[in-house]
Amino acid sequence: MLNTLKEPQRDALQSGFQEQYVKAFKWMLLARTVEEKIASLWRAGKIAGGVYIGKGQEAVSVAIGTMLRHGDIFAPLIRDQAGRLAFGEPLLDILRTYLGAKTAPARGRDGNVHRGHPREGTYPMISHLGAMISVVAGGLLARRMKGITGTVGATSIGDGGTSTGAFHEGLNFAAVEKLPLILVVTNNQYAYSTPNSKQFACHDLVDKAVGYGIEGYSMDGTDLRQCLEVVGHAVDRARSGGGPQMVVATCLRLTGHAEHDDAAYMDEELFKQPLGRDCINATESFLLEQNWASETALTTWRQEAKGAVEAATQQVQREPACSPADEDWMPLATRRLADFDL
Amino acid sequence: MSITYLEAIREAQAKALRDDPRVYIYGQDVADFGGAFKATKNLAKEFPGRVLDSPISEDAMVGSVVGAAIEGMRPIVEMQFSDFSSNAFNQIINQAAAFYWRTNIPCPITIRMPSGGNPGSGPFHSQALESVYAHFPGLIVMTPATVEDAYDLLLEAIAIDDPVIFCEHKFLYNRVKVEKLLEPNGQSAGKARIARPGRDLTIVTYSATVHDALLAAQELARSGIQVEVVDLRTVKPLDIETVLGSIANTGRLLCVGESWPWGGVNAEVIARVASKGFHLLDSPPQRLNSRDVPIPYHPDLWRASRPSVAMIIERVRKILQW
Repeated sequence: MLNTLKEPQRDALQSGFQEQYVKAFKWMLLARTVEEKIASLWRAGKIAGGVYIGKGQEAVSVAIGTMLRHGDIFAPLIRDQAGRLAFGEPLLDILRTYLGAKTAPARGRDGNVHRGHPREGTYPMISHLGAMISVVAGGLLARRMKGITGTVGATSIGDGGTSTGAFHEGLNFAAVEKLPLILVVTNNQYAYSTPNSKQFACHDLVDKAVGYGIEGYSMDGTDLRQCLEVVGHAVDRARSGGGPQMVVATCLRLTGHAEHDDAAYMDEELFKQPLGRDCINATESFLLEQNWASETALTTWRQEAKGAVEAATQQVQREPACSPADEDWMPLATRRLADFDL
Repeated sequence: MSITYLEAIREAQAKALRDDPRVYIYGQDVADFGGAFKATKNLAKEFPGRVLDSPISEDAMVGSVVGAAIEGMRPIVEMQFSDFSSNAFNQIINQAAAFYWRTNIPCPITIRMPSGGNPGSGPFHSQALESVYAHFPGLIVMTPATVEDAYDLLLEAIAIDDPVIFCEHKFLYNRVKVEKLLEPNGQSAGKARIARPGRDLTIVTYSATVHDALLAAQELARSGIQVEVVDLRTVKPLDIETVLGSIANTGRLLCVGESWPWGGVNAEVIARVASKGFHLLDSPPQRLNSRDVPIPYHPDLWRASRPSVAMIIERVRKILQW
């Protein structure tokens, strides 16, 4: 039997939970709003390269950023804007990166979703799926060696990423060392155009947890309450010595793989199923049902998100762009050992 | 009492562990067992908790040390054989090598690669991959030929703030010795050395083939041919100034290396000499690599597949006839 969560650890009636839920929703809203802005800038031809958004996965992602604490490690993946914001990434980072501002974290040397602040705990992803699992686990191993206790590390992956060798090696390594790693697998039904049926043959991705000897949980990725409860429980378990935790969320990617992808291959039936519901809408309904927010409040929050995104966009558009003239073309920290001769 | 190349590698790691609490060793069978070649013998006992066995997961091994480096450690990874580093290729070239460029944060990791052939080792336990790794920006590639350099360069590799591919040649492990180790100078990386002076022809080489070149030079000296042998020590960065200085005296160049011929270190040396020192050359620069085949198992085939003393002598004589 899997360690599927039976008892909610965070009672919806607790006042602390209401506050956390509302806060998480606001990050989801901000993530959705800024990503829609980025997508619209891309359509206007103002962005070089691909645009990858997390539409439909905000509830899962925000739960990670919300449940981690300052001082923890987070290696977000492609659809983690909500989690990034909740974990503390400045709103300016996404705009600076996509718009090619000199002030972007990677200074134009890397783009779109490949940004982070490693020293502050946000590790920047590479595109090779599964590769961040061992990096986060290694960071946790180092902390243990240094005698640092009480911190955890989380990273995200999709259904497609579970098929890689790096996924296996990273998770097995974390399990062997019993590291406080939380791996959130978001099964959004498609890896680019490839459906689950061509991605894995096990009944449910959470079954894999047993094979690694770690604790595994399933959750409805469209339900913010469940996401906060399950991810919160997994983070608590990891923090209190329970070893690696695997959380599998089910939802639907409500967009193409990237903005250039019209996703015509997606099965329309999926959109009619519970997993196909938009987590933002579901969260809004829950807020209204619980009387945690009124229609007026929701409208105000939407306007606030829009205002913040517009202000940040305008600020970044006034900032200088990355320029070859500012670049030192130096791939090494040890300058004396650069192969200048090239 | 003498110390071998292999013992020097162990001693360098012991010194690094002693001197710097940020250093640890991670790899397959490196802890109590002491490593497949015993390069970490007794270190787990001397430094409890700092020499750790990994699962057979080269990708995760390298990924993990990148994470540890972010958290301020200076890890050493032992690949059991350089050949298995292909399983870690992604983490080495995309994660570790690109990390500083992308983030402005150093990635001080050392990846030890037991490299090169031994009789009977076959296609998957013999590879010399320095040319492959030198291709990628963000990596430093060291190829020590001597006991002193194995010691000095490894200590320097661990101290350097960038990922270092440390190609230690298995053939040399127990075949080269010194009486005692000197204090490391910390300044060997990026500097070639003249392993033997000569006036007639320059052999540029590194790692195990330095010794083949020296034997060839000794033999050629009997017939009055004075070969200068340049040991690159690190193939990246490449000390082309020392190479050009040597060719200025000799006018002739033969590059010798154990990696495969297409592209690679020998090709790079020749390309740079041709573009910067064409006027110094009295004859076309030549190279001698392993044959362009997977490395053969049978000892006789293996010997015939890589540069040998006899092949070097033959090539030198041919170049001098130009």
